[in-house]
Amino acid sequence: MKRNLFLLAGLIALFLLPIGQGNYFILILCSWLMFTIAAMGLNLTLGYAGQISLAQASFIGIGAYVTAIMTLAGIHWILAALASVIVCFVIGILIGFPALRVKGHFLAFVTLAFNQLVVLVARNEDWLTGGSYGKFNMPRPDFGFYHIRTNLDMYYMIVVIFVIFAVLMYGLIRSPWGRAFKALRENPIRAESLGVDTRRITLLAFAVGSASAGLAGAIMSPLVQFIEPNSFALLHSLKILLMVIVGGAGYFFGPMLGAAVVILLPEFLRFTEGYYLIIYSAMVIILMVFSPAGLMGIGEKILTKIRPNQQVRKDMEKGAQL
Amino acid sequence: MSDTVLSVRNISKSFGNIHAVRDVSFDVRKGEVLGLIGPNGSGKSTLFNCVLGQLTPNQGEVMVNGRPVSGMRSNDLNKLGVGRTFQQLSVFPQMTVLDNIILAGQEHHGTMLTRLFGKPDAGLTPEADQMIEFFKLEHLRDEMAGSLSYGQQKLLDAAMAFMAGPSLVLLDEPAGGVNLTMLGHLKERLKTYNESHNTTFVVIEHNMEFVMSLCSRIIVLAEGAIIAEGSPDEIRSNQQVIDAYLGG
Repeated sequence: MKRNLFLLAGLIALFLLPIGQGNYFILILCSWLMFTIAAMGLNLTLGYAGQISLAQASFIGIGAYVTAIMTLAGIHWILAALASVIVCFVIGILIGFPALRVKGHFLAFVTLAFNQLVVLVARNEDWLTGGSYGKFNMPRPDFGFYHIRTNLDMYYMIVVIFVIFAVLMYGLIRSPWGRAFKALRENPIRAESLGVDTRRITLLAFAVGSASAGLAGAIMSPLVQFIEPNSFALLHSLKILLMVIVGGAGYFFGPMLGAAVVILLPEFLRFTEGYYLIIYSAMVIILMVFSPAGLMGIGEKILTKIRPNQQVRKDMEKGAQL
Repeated sequence: MSDTVLSVRNISKSFGNIHAVRDVSFDVRKGEVLGLIGPNGSGKSTLFNCVLGQLTPNQGEVMVNGRPVSGMRSNDLNKLGVGRTFQQLSVFPQMTVLDNIILAGQEHHGTMLTRLFGKPDAGLTPEADQMIEFFKLEHLRDEMAGSLSYGQQKLLDAAMAFMAGPSLVLLDEPAGGVNLTMLGHLKERLKTYNESHNTTFVVIEHNMEFVMSLCSRIIVLAEGAIIAEGSPDEIRSNQQVIDAYLGG
């Protein structure tokens, strides 16, 4: 009951947040939700299934380019978004194959190289991607009954997509697949001995995580209406990783909080002028030192103090293991 | 129809010049509890790993219920009805006891798609509760497995191995590190399960009292080869076994 009330309050807050706000702040809120979707995908791959990926931004890029190319060719955004998700799902399966052979830091390097490869293709294949000039003037979706014109329209469209996505992701994590993902993270050899096809689950962890980023890319394309290769460089993958870690890897709401810190906090600190990046970085460092399990970890520690029976997750005492 | 559940035929395994297992053959019948004992380095674990597909033997064949399984992946082997426990603790520490047990059974229910769109517990909660009750872990049902004591985790490990209703269970040092009270409880549960389900067990164990009271037949390995085979009483009085392993 308490949980449902909390969720309802969150949902109402999402709808009320942009009211009375300027165009720029609404755009920031859109970015926050968009990156939250990508970070939730990475949270599944890393936080739940224990597979490191430094290529999440490249999948946002693939999704954004697929949507841009298709919508500029006159295809409806819904079909373009669907294609983006499917393309990223398939490529996600392919990028998952190295994970069957290499783990940890080696896997991080494989995915890092893939991110770089996507950026290079986007930069050099002008005929497809527009090269360094990128793609621009992508139309905003028109659903007949609801034509997206302003950033506020766009925000409400993203809220609806986000809520549907979050419900689906929650269902996935609670399903036997979710249990198998966690088993893969905690003890893959034991999981396999209990009948879990760890190869298939590893590939699915990458595929679902990548498809989520593809959806974020499909949102990005009509949101910013201009995409170019540098928007999907490694730096952005690291940013999404930061969202997952700061929020709390392996916690459902972690990426939402993490994306808020990475996207919204710098905006709130702008009043400090030249110091805001220093303050922001210092806050993130302090958080990681004192709570490697991220913001959700702090929440759990507080709960433990209030209700001693509540046990903090032991695997998260030292944060996500990369 | 033959009642042989596990058939090991002329298995040999070498690592370079070290012959870990030399031409070992034996059969295990339905409902039998076979003990596999021997000094450290005698080839027990290598043989176990050959049976479980984690090592490919240089020669020989392993059959489960008449089907060759050499080189088979352990998830496929599990689906054929082979369960196992591990020497080291092998539970999922950040999942509840109930979730550990459900996980152990869920892959045997439905397809990948029905597991995605079906019930979160795959409809296994009642069955899992029965298994939890059988191993007397009901007071720990909703606890994280990692917060259980060593002995309780060993019990949970065994419960997971039985959840899918296997025809053959390989137990790798189930008594290792378990205190005397818990050990008696574990042995009694294993015996009861064997009698009620007629499940076949193969047990590797160094605890002689545990092996002698649990197993109906014992094979003794030394330097990779079988040196003796028989009932617990025969093994106890076998001079070769006393010299090689049991001691005076």
